Amino acid sequence: MTKCYFDHVATNPLDPEVLNAMMPYFKEDFGNPLSVYDLGMRARDAIEKARSEVASLINAKPSAVVFTASGAEANNFALRGIALAKQNHGKHVIVSKVEHHSILNSARFLEKNGFVVTYLPVGKHGLVDPDTVKSSITKETVLISITHASSEIGTIEPIKEIAKTAKENNIVFHADGVATVGNIPVDVNDLGVDLLSMAAHQFYGPKGAGALYVREGLRIVPLVYGGIQEGGRRAGTENVPAIVGMGKAAELAKNELDKRMEHSKKLRDRIIEGVLKMPNAYLTGHPEKRLPHHASFVVEFIEGEAMLLMLSMKGIYAASGSACSSKALKSSPVLLSLGVPTALAQGSIVFSLGAGNTGEDVDYLLGEFPPIINRLREMSPFAKGWGKGFEGHGEGEKCYTG
Amino acid sequence: MKFVHGVKADITADIVYMMCPMHLLKLDEMVRSLEKGQVLEILTDYDGALEDIPQWCIRTGNEFIGMDEDEDYYKFYVRKAGNGQ
Repeated sequence: MTKCYFDHVATNPLDPEVLNAMMPYFKEDFGNPLSVYDLGMRARDAIEKARSEVASLINAKPSAVVFTASGAEANNFALRGIALAKQNHGKHVIVSKVEHHSILNSARFLEKNGFVVTYLPVGKHGLVDPDTVKSSITKETVLISITHASSEIGTIEPIKEIAKTAKENNIVFHADGVATVGNIPVDVNDLGVDLLSMAAHQFYGPKGAGALYVREGLRIVPLVYGGIQEGGRRAGTENVPAIVGMGKAAELAKNELDKRMEHSKKLRDRIIEGVLKMPNAYLTGHPEKRLPHHASFVVEFIEGEAMLLMLSMKGIYAASGSACSSKALKSSPVLLSLGVPTALAQGSIVFSLGAGNTGEDVDYLLGEFPPIINRLREMSPFAKGWGKGFEGHGEGEKCYTG
Repeated sequence: MKFVHGVKADITADIVYMMCPMHLLKLDEMVRSLEKGQVLEILTDYDGALEDIPQWCIRTGNEFIGMDEDEDYYKFYVRKAGNGQ
């Protein structure tokens, strides 16, 4: 059976070159980087090489990169670490409503511990308005955290403008770059961010490796206490193979970024064009300011999980909203924040592309998807009269406008 | 403990929020990088440094100039000795 993987925002396959770079550190070069003998020194050198490669991908100094075990850990580290370090100056934190759960739940943790959190609304395309950020700032605000791009709706946020506002108000600014680093150009100096989270498996590196960029001179309270790894900022014996893999993946991403983006964008645009030919299917997120490998939709009268199951029976792998929302069978808070009604938000589907996808994959998807939708609609008790559209959002209106 | 104010340092190491033994590792690393007679300022909120940094200076032969306090952390001053580490 044909197999088409369209879930690259969930994770990516490991690049064979990355695996080759990692292998010695599973085998003969297994040393602990803190050990003084040559085995340890080789592991230590490998970590520092990887740090330079990751730093180069985001135009940072190597010393500003702290390795973590995941993007979620990097997000937790940023939010808790900065809020705690700054709590004597104020206890107000600003995030948006389209953040990943690792940001939203860290914000909730801070709320339970005496902080006040503002959850910024977004526009119909999921964009955070920099003016709303500005008007939400109080004299107590110590941290603003906004995602660089949402993996659910693909919208790329105006990080540069928001970072400028934060800087003008002497507030620390963190961007969640898990969906962007390695997929679009990211330059921490150009963006003006103080902190940036990233995850290796989002750009053909291994799972189990992430990093947080921390601008030089910025104090942060560690999330994990223990030894002196990562300059005391993140304890625990390093996952050397994964870190080496992240470094190699960063090097490859930097070299191949333009090619990868062009490849994905072409396929993405075909998927968007094809899916929007179907009645009562709407694009979510911004039509232009979106990740080049990301196409997300809501399909009326259909439940996302049903689409995923039927697609998977045809060998097509996609996602329905965030992994967490899909497991909990809840409407995605991100889609609800765009103004998508609960019933419609259930019909969420995300196709995300990667280097392994081909034009034939897209042909196959666009051939198989409409009959699946038709079949599910025939079974749906809600689909009676579906041809008329959902409360005014019928054919002809192809981008969900809230 | 000797308290000092307004000491001019040649280099500063900010390790506020870092725990033991980062204060000693950083101290060792930074003093090695100094020229004889230059002064290191080390910023830390780790209470163990109150005892450890003067002791480290005695053990290594470097001069412990003294300490100062800021809002929520300590500032230690160490001058590299000619025969120090």
